[in-house]
Amino acid sequence: MKYVDEFRNNRVAQRLSEEIKSLARDREMTFMEVCGGHTIAIFKYGLRDFLPPGIHLISGPGCPVCVTPTGFIDRAVALSRRKEVIIATFGDMIRVPGSSSSLREEKAQGADVWVVYSAMDAIPVARDNPDKKVVFLGIGFETTAPTIAATILQADRLRLSNFFVLSTLKTMPNALKALLEGDDMGIQGFICPGHVSTITGLGIYEFIARDYGVPCVISGFEPTDILQTLYMLTRQVGDGVAKVESQYTRTVKREGNPLAQKTMMAVFEPCDMEWRGLGIIPGSGLKIRDEFVRFNALQHFDVEVEPTRQEPGCICGDVMRGAKTPLDCKLFKKTCTPANPAGACMVSEEGTCATYFKYT
Amino acid sequence: MKTDEKITLAHGGGGRLSRDFIKKVLLRYFGNPILSELQDSATFDLTGNRVAFTTDSYVVKPLFFPGGDIGKLAVAGTINDLAVVGAQPLYLSCGLIIEEGFELGQLERILGSMQETARKAGVKVVAGDTKVVEKKGADQLFINTAGIGLIRKDRCLSPVGPGIGDKIIINGGLGEHEAAVISSREGFDFETEVVSDCVPLNDLIQGILKVSPNVKWMRDPTRGGLAAILNELVEGKPFGIRIEEAQIPVKEAVKGICELLGFDPLYMVNEGKVVLVVAWEDADRVLKIMQKHPLGGESRIIGEIVPEPEGKVVLKTGVGGHRVVDMMVGEMLPRIC
Repeated sequence: MKYVDEFRNNRVAQRLSEEIKSLARDREMTFMEVCGGHTIAIFKYGLRDFLPPGIHLISGPGCPVCVTPTGFIDRAVALSRRKEVIIATFGDMIRVPGSSSSLREEKAQGADVWVVYSAMDAIPVARDNPDKKVVFLGIGFETTAPTIAATILQADRLRLSNFFVLSTLKTMPNALKALLEGDDMGIQGFICPGHVSTITGLGIYEFIARDYGVPCVISGFEPTDILQTLYMLTRQVGDGVAKVESQYTRTVKREGNPLAQKTMMAVFEPCDMEWRGLGIIPGSGLKIRDEFVRFNALQHFDVEVEPTRQEPGCICGDVMRGAKTPLDCKLFKKTCTPANPAGACMVSEEGTCATYFKYT
Repeated sequence: MKTDEKITLAHGGGGRLSRDFIKKVLLRYFGNPILSELQDSATFDLTGNRVAFTTDSYVVKPLFFPGGDIGKLAVAGTINDLAVVGAQPLYLSCGLIIEEGFELGQLERILGSMQETARKAGVKVVAGDTKVVEKKGADQLFINTAGIGLIRKDRCLSPVGPGIGDKIIINGGLGEHEAAVISSREGFDFETEVVSDCVPLNDLIQGILKVSPNVKWMRDPTRGGLAAILNELVEGKPFGIRIEEAQIPVKEAVKGICELLGFDPLYMVNEGKVVLVVAWEDADRVLKIMQKHPLGGESRIIGEIVPEPEGKVVLKTGVGGHRVVDMMVGEMLPRIC
């Protein structure tokens, strides 16, 4: 397929592989791919076959479903039990286990749960069901936040009074900072998320290179994109420099997408946010501004949420920080499978555990 | 399963949960030597003949999609379940569950397409049943078909099971049925030229069995796709399978939909494809026969049975790396067939 096959070319990949090997020689290097999309690509295309044994890749906290805390799922479950509520959500969220239930189980018992492919698709659901209250589960990073913001603006224009967003939207910079502060893995470079950067631009990573001396390269998602990114990271490490570069120049602009940023910040403001595995990180979330408070499900609904309970033995949190791999987990492939996930990392396509399960 | 557990869509999805459900619940009640084989059709001796018998229910949504409709699917799907065990399909039953208020005109269109598909495949619908349920008691129309066929002694699968060195052959591109159905669903606002591959395969398969006594295994990659059937083949066996992405046919338009929606053709539903394991010495001959058939023009050898890793399917990716291909992870889109 045009504009895809070019990036999956075997000869280009081999050539990059040789370049990486000659730069790295037998040095040990550890790079983190922040985004779940990169984790998938690395496994799906078998990219580790192209790397010297000294280059280690660890997966980071860039899967939106995975970093969603259990308490958020519990709240969504509690809301779904209300007769007047329709939950509209991206499909993966349905299977994420909460403390004692999941949206899938609630759906089987009669809860009204709709899968939508974009936040905007929840608007007609609200319009066509005026006697119901539609709650969209706002998950994701700088990638989904602008479209969710645009959806709230649209609901505002349509004067919808039965549309709400339950937000656990997150932003990358402070999460990466928290990772580096608590870094016991010796991260020597970040493969930075391509889609987040399309919105934010390069600026959000500057402090990582400057203050922590860790190289950052924004990467596309095709096999030769990732290999080229690894080549660029290896070269920075070899040269003893740390800077922010973009490999994904065909999509990412230095300043990002200003319109999307403006839309996002018109509706949301920064807040402290809980990340599964990382705890509460200051200034790493987005909450709905007071101006749009009538769309905030957190304010509108007074529901009792059960106390949070985590599956004993689940190490999703450590996997999310890159401190452990799924292979270190006692539950992995035994009691925790995609059909019966113990933790969120096994649910999402982009989850590290699901990726290991599927491709190893 | 605990008794307070509820049935979810995943129990019918064709992935691991479905398989566990069949093994742990259904076989507990119905288990017998014939059923426990868990083939696409049951095969047994009846008054001196080897008979194949199967049933399948069709709940596809929407009822009409590019390349077919629920009626064509209900006839072709059951015929194919018979054909892949080596049977010549003969008779079908047709059970209709209709929601009150369903338009007669639409029903007749669907029945016409069943008639046409059955006629072309040389199969007769000889028994039937109609039930109408109240509004919302069912979604428009569900169809069940059961089928019976005969396995000729001179046209059956090799009694020697698959072994190392055998070749794996498919008759064409992956994913066309699923791509056609989802692209015609509400909520997917894009146009595509993909049409469902939904078609009876009995003529193609009988043609293969006529020339080669060395076809060792055959399946149609419906729910769970190619990945599911290859994994079922190697499960617990002292060999593995190696397939090459570069050799696996996938139409450009299907690739486009996969890129857009994050699907993998290896897991997508097909309704007009058959995958064969053929002894290596017969593989080229079988391939040529298949390529001459109208339903096999795109046939390819996509891989082979290898000594290791045992029990696993390994894919050589287009870019040149390797990865394990497991069964469906997570859920299929519901009501695709």
